[in-house]
Amino acid sequence: MDFEPSAEQQMLIDQVRRYVREEILPLEAKLDPDASELPPEDFKRLTEKTKAMGLFGIDIPKEFGGPDIDIVTRVLLAIEMAQHRAGLYVPCYGTFGGAGLAQIFEANEDQKERYLYPTLRGEKKAFFGLTEPSGGSDPARAIQTRAERKDNGWVLNGAKIFISNADRAQYGIVFARTDASKGRAGITCFIIDSDTPGFHVRRVVHTLRSSHYATELEFKDCWVSDHQVLGEVNKGFAVANDRLTRQRIPYAAGCIGVAIAAHEMAIEWAKMRSTFGEKLSHRQAVQWMLVDNEIDIRTAKHFTLEAAEKARRGLPFRIEASIAKLTASEGGGRVVDRAMQIHGGMGMTKDLPLERWYREMRIRRVGEGPSEVQRMVIAREILGSNLR
Amino acid sequence: MRLRLDKPWQPLTAETARRLPGQLGVYQVADARGTVLYIGQAGARSPFGLRSELQREYEERGDGCQFRVEVNQQYRSRWFELLMVHQADHGSLPADNAKNPPPNLGRLSPS
Repeated sequence: MDFEPSAEQQMLIDQVRRYVREEILPLEAKLDPDASELPPEDFKRLTEKTKAMGLFGIDIPKEFGGPDIDIVTRVLLAIEMAQHRAGLYVPCYGTFGGAGLAQIFEANEDQKERYLYPTLRGEKKAFFGLTEPSGGSDPARAIQTRAERKDNGWVLNGAKIFISNADRAQYGIVFARTDASKGRAGITCFIIDSDTPGFHVRRVVHTLRSSHYATELEFKDCWVSDHQVLGEVNKGFAVANDRLTRQRIPYAAGCIGVAIAAHEMAIEWAKMRSTFGEKLSHRQAVQWMLVDNEIDIRTAKHFTLEAAEKARRGLPFRIEASIAKLTASEGGGRVVDRAMQIHGGMGMTKDLPLERWYREMRIRRVGEGPSEVQRMVIAREILGSNLR
Repeated sequence: MRLRLDKPWQPLTAETARRLPGQLGVYQVADARGTVLYIGQAGARSPFGLRSELQREYEERGDGCQFRVEVNQQYRSRWFELLMVHQADHGSLPADNAKNPPPNLGRLSPS
């Protein structure tokens, strides 16, 4: 496969790179090092710019009014968008817009009117409620939130944890067990309005990512009608599974973007900083760290573009997505760690973005399926029916 | 970590502010009756963290107020949490936060 960007892709890459350097970085320098939002007036001004660039709503499919960006180009742009302090989790502070949750595009027409279109217009926000206190890596078995039939609808009882944006969203997609005897095939996906009686955002969950927080949810006799079932009863898990797989590719790209930014900082510092009468860049110990960074970045980029290319062609990409997510999150963590080591004491301070990337990159080895689950997926392929 | 800041109030004076650590964290300022007027954060741009912020509060407010602090590396998410808990408990933000509320503040219903 040829991963060299086309002329059109390179033009878009250059455009986004300029946007990050000329618009995002100067604003970011004035914000708190852990900020995850721009002041409203700057956000408005910059979204007008991304609209003028034709890139607003970058993840919205073309048939719903989004720009016509294929997943390979999306990966290349995601790598650029992540190259600033907040870039790992809030690339360009959301000024390229969001698409909402992937599942909601699979909703029926009535649900699309009530949820999808208002989301695309920026009138509604959503949360994704899958993980529970009983576990997140194996949600098909771990889900204990129950939904029981009652009065032409369903009553939900249970809890969810590590749910982002539930305190700000107008609705969410929530997975609950509707048939205890069927295991994986007994999970249904519901759309829950945040003002539904019995839905509670109980607390904030603080994590390494101090710029943002997750929440813990409680469902206490929370009744919803049949109209709130997304897809088919007992087939909810397939919806989540698809989302988790697809998201691994741009997720990996974000890790690569931050790794590139950290690596470039380390190179610049090594060329400038002298110790004991010699530049760091002249020392083999530092050179080898930079070489290892280069290899980690190139490896992750290769596998991520391979996964994106297979997805673009409509080929199976589950294994490739796992390899991409694994190499980018683990390699990205190593790159940031080495960049901090090369910077010495300065690397530990909030004066530089490295410490934030270090904390946030650590989460990436767990989020969207931990490294162990990715390895399990790959191992199944190696040891299973497709033995090569 | 407790959800609400429930340490005893200390009088806000030049001396008590001066003795504070230069660390990151969150704080509350209240009037003499204990009504919370403001929930603040000492972020990484504060030259001396909590000390700088409470010294500034004293200079702006003068005598007659009280305060309490919590040293916390997660000062931003903790600050959002305290604002949301206050809103849930009292139906509104503290008076001085309400003048300039953070955009997109969420809502909690703590048990």
